[in-house]
Amino acid sequence: MATVDIRDVRKAFGSTKILHGVSVAIEDGQFVVLVGPSGCGKSTLLRMLAGLENITGGEIAIGGRVVNNVPPKDRDIAMVFQNYALYPHMTVFQNMAFSMKLAGAPKEVMEREVQKAAKILGLEQLLHRFPRQLSGGQRQRVAMGRAIVRNPQVFLFDEPLSNLDAKLRVQMRSEIKELHQRLKVTTVYVTHDQIEAMTMADLIVVMNHGRIEQAGAPLELYDRPANTFVAGFIGSPAMNMMEGRIEGGAFRGPGGVAWPLPPGAPASGEVIYGIRPEHLRLDPNGLPASVHVIEPTGSETQVVMHLGDASVIGAFRERITARPGETLPVSPDTSLVHLFDKATGQRI
Amino acid sequence: MSATAAQGWVRKNQEQNWLTRLLDWKPFLVVMCLLPAVALLMVFLTYPLGLGIWLAFTDTTIGRSGVWVGLENFEFMMEDPIFWNAVFYSVFYTAVATVGKFGLGLWLALLLNNHLPFKSFLRAIILLPWIVPTVLTAIAFWWIYNPQFSIISWVFIELGLRDSNIDFINTAWPARWSLIGANVWRGIPFVAISLLAGLQTISPSLYEAALLDGSTGWQRFRYITFPMLLPILAIVMTFSIIFTFTDFQLVYAITRGGPVNSTHLLATLAFQRGIAGGQLGEGAAIAVSMIPFLVFATLFSYFALARRKWQQGESND
Repeated sequence: MATVDIRDVRKAFGSTKILHGVSVAIEDGQFVVLVGPSGCGKSTLLRMLAGLENITGGEIAIGGRVVNNVPPKDRDIAMVFQNYALYPHMTVFQNMAFSMKLAGAPKEVMEREVQKAAKILGLEQLLHRFPRQLSGGQRQRVAMGRAIVRNPQVFLFDEPLSNLDAKLRVQMRSEIKELHQRLKVTTVYVTHDQIEAMTMADLIVVMNHGRIEQAGAPLELYDRPANTFVAGFIGSPAMNMMEGRIEGGAFRGPGGVAWPLPPGAPASGEVIYGIRPEHLRLDPNGLPASVHVIEPTGSETQVVMHLGDASVIGAFRERITARPGETLPVSPDTSLVHLFDKATGQRI
Repeated sequence: MSATAAQGWVRKNQEQNWLTRLLDWKPFLVVMCLLPAVALLMVFLTYPLGLGIWLAFTDTTIGRSGVWVGLENFEFMMEDPIFWNAVFYSVFYTAVATVGKFGLGLWLALLLNNHLPFKSFLRAIILLPWIVPTVLTAIAFWWIYNPQFSIISWVFIELGLRDSNIDFINTAWPARWSLIGANVWRGIPFVAISLLAGLQTISPSLYEAALLDGSTGWQRFRYITFPMLLPILAIVMTFSIIFTFTDFQLVYAITRGGPVNSTHLLATLAFQRGIAGGQLGEGAAIAVSMIPFLVFATLFSYFALARRKWQQGESND
C-alpha cells in the first residue's frame, strides 16, 4: 500500500500534446477513478503510472519514490487491462502464477498464493481451464486474480468492465469495490462511465482534453460542479443547461421564460443556468411546460418538455398522467440551481 | 374500372417447370457445384499421381510401353548406392535448410515486427528473393558459386583473406552446403513473412502484461511469442519441409546432381533416370519412394505441433 503523487505530469506524442500538466495526490488506500470522454488522456495517464508510456514532463511518485525512470516491473504495481490480456496458452493457474514463476518462486508458494487469490474470487473450480473456456465475467476475475497474486502497492484498472454486458457490469462493479474494501490497496481506476465513477470512487478526477476539470468526492462533484463540463458529465440524465441573462430578479432563458434564481445570485449578467432533471418538481404555480416525450422507467418518469425555446428534461417520482402536447406546470428547486459564467463556463 | 381490376389482382401461383425443380433439388446442385473442381483435380492431380504409381511397377522406357514387373524397380533401387545417397542428401538438405530458414526467418520476422523506419519498404524488399523465378535464383547462384568468376571468391581474394578461388560446387561436401545455402536464401522470405503475419496476431497488451509481471525480453519470447506462434510455425514448417524435400529446380540448375551424383535429391534423381536416362519405370519408382517421407512429415507437423489444447473450447467472447 502506498500513496501516489502525480505532479504536473505532461505527455506528448511528437508534437501532439495529450496531457497538459496534471496533478493528483492520492492517499494511501484510496480508490481513485479517472473519468472523462474518449481521448481525454485518462488511459495515457494510467499507462504512465504503470510505466508503459514515458513521462514527457513532471513527476510520478509511488510511495514517496519518484518512478519516472523505474521500469514497470520494479514499480510494485499490478494492472487489469481492458481486454484482460490473459495469456491464452496458459491455464488460469498458470496465468495467475506467471509473475511468481518469472521471479523463480518455489512451487508450494505459487500453489498457496494462487489458491488464496482464487478463493477470494471464487475461481477454485476453474484453475485448470484455459481463458477461451471462460465467460467474460470469469476472465475478468482471473485478470484481477493475476493482479492480487502480485500483492502490489497499487492496483491499476483500465476500463475493466467495458467488455461486459450491462448486468455483469453492475455485479463486477460491486465485486471490485468489495475487493478494495477487503484488501485496502491504493487503486486507480479508469473509466468513461460516470456511474461507475460515482458508485466506486473515494475520489473522482474528471478529465477533459488532457486537463483536470475537477477532482473531488463523488457527491461533491454532483452537488457543486466546478464548471459546465463537470456539470454535464456527472449525473444521468444530464443536467439541463440554458444560456441567458439575469434581469429583474429572474433568469431570462431561451424564449424569454423567467426562471427563479437561487439565493445569493448576482443581480445581473450573462449566465448559464443549470438544473438537474431530478431537481425539477411538479408545482401548480410553476412554469407551464409543454410535454414532448414521456419515458416511464418504473421508479421514476422522465419527461422531455419544451419551455420557451428550451428543451428540458425532468425526472419525477410521481406517475405522470399527462400526454404529449399537454401542459405540465413545473418549477426548479431554487436551492439546487447552478449558475455558471457564460464566457468561462466556471461556477458562480 | 381499372381500380376494381387492381383490387381483384392476386399474385399468380407460378407453375415451376422441370428445370427450376431440378435446380432446386439439393443433391443435383451439390453435384453441379463440385463437378468443375473434381474434374480439375482428377485430370491434373489424381491422373498423374496414379500414372506415376502405375509406371513405378512397370519397365516402361521412353518410346516403349512397358509391362508389369511388380516390385522389381524397387528391389533394384534398394541395392542402388546412388539412390541411398539421394535419400541421405534429401533428408540432410531438408533438415539443415529448414533449420536455417526458420532460424533466420524467425529472427527477421522479429526484427520486422519492431517499429523500424521504412517498415513497409523493408518488408517489400524481404519478399524479393521469393518472387524471383527459381531458375533465375539458380543462375545467379551458379555464377556466385562459379569456380572462376565467383564474386565471393573475388571479394575474399581482394581483401587478402585468400590466395585462391573457393571451391563451392566441384567437390561433394562443399557442393552440398552451397546448395543448402542457396535454398535457405530463397526460402527465408516465405518463412519470415508468414511468421511476421503470425506475430502481428499477438495482442500487444499480452507483452505489456508480461512486462508488468516482471519478464525479461528473453522470457517474453520464451513464454509468450514462441508458444503463441507455434500453430502458425507448424503449418509454415509443414509447407516448407514439403517444398524443400521435393525441391528440383535449384539443384538441377546449379549442379545437375553432381559432382559424381553427390548432390542428387530424390526429385532430381527421378528426373535423371526417368527423362534424361529414359528409364521411366525406374524414375517413377524413385519418385514414388518420396511419398512415405512426405506423409510422415505432414502427419508429424499436424499431430505434434498444430493441435493445441488452448485453441479448443468455446470462444464465447
